Amino acid sequence: MTPILSIRDLRKSYAGGFEALKGVSLDIEQGEILALLGPNGAGKTTLISTICGITTPTSGSVTVGGHDIQTDFRAARQMIGLVPQEIALEPFEKVWNTVRFSRGLFGYGTDNARIEEILRKLSLWDKRKSAIKELSGGMKRRVLIAKALAHEPRVLFLDEPTAGVDVELRKDMWEIVAELKQAGVTIILTTHYIEEAEAIADRVGVIDKGELLLVQDKATLMAQMGKKQIEVMLTAPIEAIPDCLAAHNLTLNGNGDSLVYTYDTNADRTGITTLLNDVAEAGLVLRDVQTRQSSLEEIFVNLVSGDPA
Amino acid sequence: MNWTAIAAIYRFEMARFFRTLAQSFLSPVLSTSLYFVVFGTAIGSRIQEVEGVSYGAFIVPGLIMLSVVMLCISNASFGIYFPKFLGTIYELLSAPVNFIEIVIGYVGAAATKALFVGVVILITATFFVDLRIEHPLAMVAFLVLTCLSFSLLGFIIGIWASNFEQMSLVPQLVVTPLIFLGGTFYSISMLPPVWQTITLFNPVVYLISGFRWSFYGLADVPIVFSLLAILAFTGICLGIIWWIFKTGWRIRS
Repeated sequence: MTPILSIRDLRKSYAGGFEALKGVSLDIEQGEILALLGPNGAGKTTLISTICGITTPTSGSVTVGGHDIQTDFRAARQMIGLVPQEIALEPFEKVWNTVRFSRGLFGYGTDNARIEEILRKLSLWDKRKSAIKELSGGMKRRVLIAKALAHEPRVLFLDEPTAGVDVELRKDMWEIVAELKQAGVTIILTTHYIEEAEAIADRVGVIDKGELLLVQDKATLMAQMGKKQIEVMLTAPIEAIPDCLAAHNLTLNGNGDSLVYTYDTNADRTGITTLLNDVAEAGLVLRDVQTRQSSLEEIFVNLVSGDPA
Repeated sequence: MNWTAIAAIYRFEMARFFRTLAQSFLSPVLSTSLYFVVFGTAIGSRIQEVEGVSYGAFIVPGLIMLSVVMLCISNASFGIYFPKFLGTIYELLSAPVNFIEIVIGYVGAAATKALFVGVVILITATFFVDLRIEHPLAMVAFLVLTCLSFSLLGFIIGIWASNFEQMSLVPQLVVTPLIFLGGTFYSISMLPPVWQTITLFNPVVYLISGFRWSFYGLADVPIVFSLLAILAFTGICLGIIWWIFKTGWRIRS
């Protein structure tokens, strides 16, 4: 299948010599949700801004639905919706009017039914006649989404959509994203919240210092790079790990009442059975056993800091 | 051409104007009345006629130009500076519109607002003096061309400005002196010969002279020169805007 968004060796350098993007290449399939993770200044927003036409690339190419963003910008931009990171809205304008304006900018006439549908979906219908300055921060963010959806984009960019919003709105946002995915919209979101990527993304891209470090299916990524830990809690604390357990590379926690064993979920033999047998042979009595999987966050921190996961 | 987008920008900009309709109209009416009281009455008592036209009537074209030019610049510069300041320009840059469409939308709205005010001043003036318009079509053409060209200049200022202080810099330091020294309140022929020559380097002279000619058939410079001057000014502004969008200067990083 032809990717809906294709980025080839995209570079962006500024006059001062700073290289914000160092040859990013990426294909995104229609209908998928890609989460771009990266620390501040990694190049996430520059990447989105370049695709959307706000920043001019130094070299490289981007096509959206087969349309080049520079030579065929009208067709390419027509397919794109952008929810920016900062809340940027005309304070004195009314909600309805600002959504209608966005629709108009993309060449669509006023379609009251369509605007109503968007406003209702985003719980903004009651506020349609309110001036934007009267809205709360969360509501303003919804208005930004409504504006981005006004022209029915096929590719939606959400730049840190849930930065600084409360838990309820974040959940709402995730639901909206899920609905859009159902409707076949491709979504690219940048986020600081790893749990967000973990909760809603199909694929995860990690970007740092203008380079795309990896792009992988979320489940594969976690399976490949994820470590699992088993914590064996003891009825009575011990002072040191018995010699017969030395081969298992265990760590003893601070209180001496639990042993932590780290293993690879993909290994042929995880070594759990042997470990538990050896623990029993060492005369230790188990109080409880817990397993824990490393989160995307740990994988991300390891990648960005350059350590092997 | 994305005409729907042009209409959307135009309507959005006009909405700002209509939100403050009262002050949009009251302010020019008040300032025009003040000009008539101060200049018309005070100076008019000493200069009763200029080339056969009463002084009060003589200054009407200049007064209209003064307000229209200042309004065009402020409307157009704020129109494009505000999205930059608020960050909402992202939407414009990521929409399927080209620079011609953006300019038509913003400049069209700014020019329309100034045109409205120009007409209001004209109507207000009829309460103070007897007006005659010898060449109505030329009058409309000059007014429209002035509105368009100075809105283009305002648009450039709005893109150039990186703070509110800079927004008022050009109007206050350049445009106001040029207008006041451009024959708004006097005929160039009333100046000493040296100043008459110097004044010919002021582009506003051509504008006011041409506009006054459309009212009373009186001109400081030949009407063709006036027309050429305003067309050249429009062309220069368009060229600068074309370059701005081509290079993305101060709008696209």
